[in-house]
Amino acid sequence: MAVAVANMTTAALDWVSVKFNAPLAGMVVFGVHIHGHLIVEVLLIAVILFQLSRKSYKPPKKPLTEKEIDDLCDEWAPEPLHPPITEEMLSEPPTLESAAGPHTIIDGKEVVNFASANYLGLIGNEKINYGVGSCGPRGFYGTIDVHLDCEARISKFLGTPDSILYSYGISTIFSVIPAFCKKGDIIVADEGVHWAVQNGLYLSRSTIVYFKHNDMSSLKSTLEKVTRGNRRAEKIRRYIVVEAIYQNSGQIAPLDEIIRLKEKYRFRVVLDESHSFGVLGSSGRGLAEHYGVPVEKIDIITAGMGNALATDGGFCTGSVRVVDHQRLSSSGYVFSASLPPFLASAAIAAVDYLEENPALLSKLKRNIALLWSEISELPGLILASNPLSPIVFLKLKRSTGSTKGDMKLLDEIVDRVLKEDLVFIVTTKRSTLDKCRLPVGLRIFVSAGHTESDLLKASNSLKRVTALVLSELA
Amino acid sequence: MVRLPYFTALTTLFSYGLLFAFGQMRDLFRKILDLPKSKKVQGYAPICLGLEDFYTRRLFLRAQDCFGRPIASAPDAWIDVVERYSNDNNKTLHRTSNITKCLNLGSYNYLGFAAADEYCTPRVIESLKQYSPGTCSVRVDGGTTKLHTELEELAARFVGKPAAILFGMGYVTNSAIIPALIAKGGLIISDSLNHNSIVNGARGSGATVRVFQHNTPSHLEEVLREQIAEGQPRTHRPWKKIIVIVEGIYSMEGELCKLPEIIAVCKKYKAYTYLDEAHSIGAIGKTGRGVCELLGVDPADVDIMMGTFTKSFGSCGGYIAASKEIIQYLKHTCPAHLYGTSMSPPAVQQVISAIKVILGEDGSNRGAQKLAQIRDNSNFFRAELHKMGFEVLGDEDSPVMPIMLYNPAKIPAFSRECLKQNVAVVTVAFPATPLLLARARICISASHSREDLMRGLEVLSKVGDLVGIKYFPVESENSHAEAKLKKLD
Repeated sequence: MAVAVANMTTAALDWVSVKFNAPLAGMVVFGVHIHGHLIVEVLLIAVILFQLSRKSYKPPKKPLTEKEIDDLCDEWAPEPLHPPITEEMLSEPPTLESAAGPHTIIDGKEVVNFASANYLGLIGNEKINYGVGSCGPRGFYGTIDVHLDCEARISKFLGTPDSILYSYGISTIFSVIPAFCKKGDIIVADEGVHWAVQNGLYLSRSTIVYFKHNDMSSLKSTLEKVTRGNRRAEKIRRYIVVEAIYQNSGQIAPLDEIIRLKEKYRFRVVLDESHSFGVLGSSGRGLAEHYGVPVEKIDIITAGMGNALATDGGFCTGSVRVVDHQRLSSSGYVFSASLPPFLASAAIAAVDYLEENPALLSKLKRNIALLWSEISELPGLILASNPLSPIVFLKLKRSTGSTKGDMKLLDEIVDRVLKEDLVFIVTTKRSTLDKCRLPVGLRIFVSAGHTESDLLKASNSLKRVTALVLSELA
Repeated sequence: MVRLPYFTALTTLFSYGLLFAFGQMRDLFRKILDLPKSKKVQGYAPICLGLEDFYTRRLFLRAQDCFGRPIASAPDAWIDVVERYSNDNNKTLHRTSNITKCLNLGSYNYLGFAAADEYCTPRVIESLKQYSPGTCSVRVDGGTTKLHTELEELAARFVGKPAAILFGMGYVTNSAIIPALIAKGGLIISDSLNHNSIVNGARGSGATVRVFQHNTPSHLEEVLREQIAEGQPRTHRPWKKIIVIVEGIYSMEGELCKLPEIIAVCKKYKAYTYLDEAHSIGAIGKTGRGVCELLGVDPADVDIMMGTFTKSFGSCGGYIAASKEIIQYLKHTCPAHLYGTSMSPPAVQQVISAIKVILGEDGSNRGAQKLAQIRDNSNFFRAELHKMGFEVLGDEDSPVMPIMLYNPAKIPAFSRECLKQNVAVVTVAFPATPLLLARARICISASHSREDLMRGLEVLSKVGDLVGIKYFPVESENSHAEAKLKKLD
């Protein structure tokens, strides 16, 4: 069989070669004898040229026809604007029926109020002169002379060259940070900063590196890592962003350490003093006074006035260059109506009052110490804030494993404390947009306006309720 | 629509070029003169690099006395402007104790609630005594008072939606709500001339942002079709949701938004609509309910309506009105609600009283009077300005009237000349408007009387002649043609 095939192939090949080499009946073109193989070669070249001249096969890019776009649009179904409403979303906070002072009225009953950051007990003194609104941004006749007076007063009080007033507490920090930090700058921030700071950091588009909450060794190693090997450090601006008293945990930032590190690695410091202005330091001038650091060493200080000063709005102070730059490039200042004048005059009155009565601060300190001594032995809860901080933060000794579970327990404690003992405290509230991962807990805002009996009432109530609620858990 | 004459465009560009050249020369001299001085801060990059604050230092400072003028009274129809002087060429300004009484054509005081009002002020003082100026806490802690819940219901009723939520500041309302409603994977389509707060909110949310031509529903439709068909960038997955953001009255143009057409387009393509009525709520519409009432749009068609209380109600703060579920969700998540101090109780009381006056629930018809007054005032003023030959933007019934200036030198000239004649106007330049389109913006209020307006017109006409901004001097037949052209645009 194989032999037969082999014979047939040889015969075929012989025939082909004869044909190839047979002169084509004496065809002569241009004096060249045309052999058979020439025909094949010419045909081959022709085929090659033909293939080359055809367009290479790419799947054709047809734009979508109108009908197809219509179909796609019809098919597309958006998600609803809001996710399904769960039970926890339906809870409403209690409604106050009087001023949020140390004692307030909820549901017709008088309760002791530990939920307002009214640290100096200043709720209750003011007068209105100018109508309520200011009807315009600062650039367009919204600057009323009280605003300028307030700015001057704050600078005088803190000992800084200049300050600038904002119309809302949280908008201060999230307008200041993007005004100074642009794309390409480096910011080292504490991981426990609150949402407004996070938003400012996000809007600034700089490179952000977080360090462990209030951990100075972590800060040092982060600064080391960030500056090592960075030759272009001359042109990049570098900032450290910290809060004086952290809203999310009640810790106090060790300013002297931070200043030492900042000078070593050449960073600028942005400090948010919302909860420490009017609280820390022997005369209430804030964290710098508390640690004995000259206030010029901090580059930018921001604070919301909604806490110790019992009004609303915020301010930012620093050198003249820092403050002037914000007047045109800080979005929350330029594009927003200015602070209502009566709040600015309330702020001036508050600062004056504070300067005349430094005894308020020692009262506040005594109150915090008293509360600490009473509630340091609660079953199931441990104190997690700094002993000097007016935000007393309690967290669960043993977490249930999920934030939701923890919040349920804490909410129950808060409810019972309010209903049964008429003491008003609050839990931490976290938005789903917040990136902070610190544990949740109970917050008690101590005020200089609280009396000893108020504090004892609160601590006794807490002892009772936590024993009840958490013993069911244990 | 702005019709920029060619000659004006050329001269404006030339002026800016000249200012820029001078600024650069001065910077150069400053650098040379500063060389021998040793740098005090070694190793720190300067806080403002090179050209970042060039505009502030070299252009804005020259005209700084026209901006940020302090006043010593409530921002009513007549205000007391504090005089300032400068010893170092406008770099720093010092206050004197002299004040001049000027006609106020610049504050957003549309219904005249900025000054003491016979119904509102006693109630505000009462609430101040009862609740004190601040609550020192966020809404979810101890900051919700009876006033807040009352105002939320009242605002929802006023606007025509089932529920509302309040915030302490208008700017924060936009910046904090938009991230709560939409995140990465969603699409925001916003008008090209939207306010900075909306831009910031859109950026902060992480969603993709596309812009459509100002007030052009056909372009919006094009953009929507293209985006839905293509899907998310690079992955081409379908968008999770699309929100279209527009404003009721655009504050720098004075124009009304073409709401019915835009709502029709959004409904067709299943996009959600977000309407920012900062300037229009309380100021337009027969009963002051804003642009929906004026243009005949049912509030139920707009998904989310936002507004502020600063302009027509003489207070501060903002609100969002939407369906009950959305408001419930926002109360649970929105960072401004959970972390921002609650609105000051006297401010809340001011808004409650102002809304009651507008609705007529205070027992008088002052509300209806004020609304009729502001409408008449705006239309009268605009017609007169047209007749004089100014280039005025804006639609019928809108209380905001920008007068185009263009040239950078005319900005301080106009402002200072008007102040000399005791009229306080607001001039706006870069960065709030495009570089070439500087303008003076007039805001009419219900508290302006006819005499006030006549005085204002007289002064504006004189100063306009002096400064040379009557770009379209018209005889009476032409003025009708001009008015028609503007309407068509």
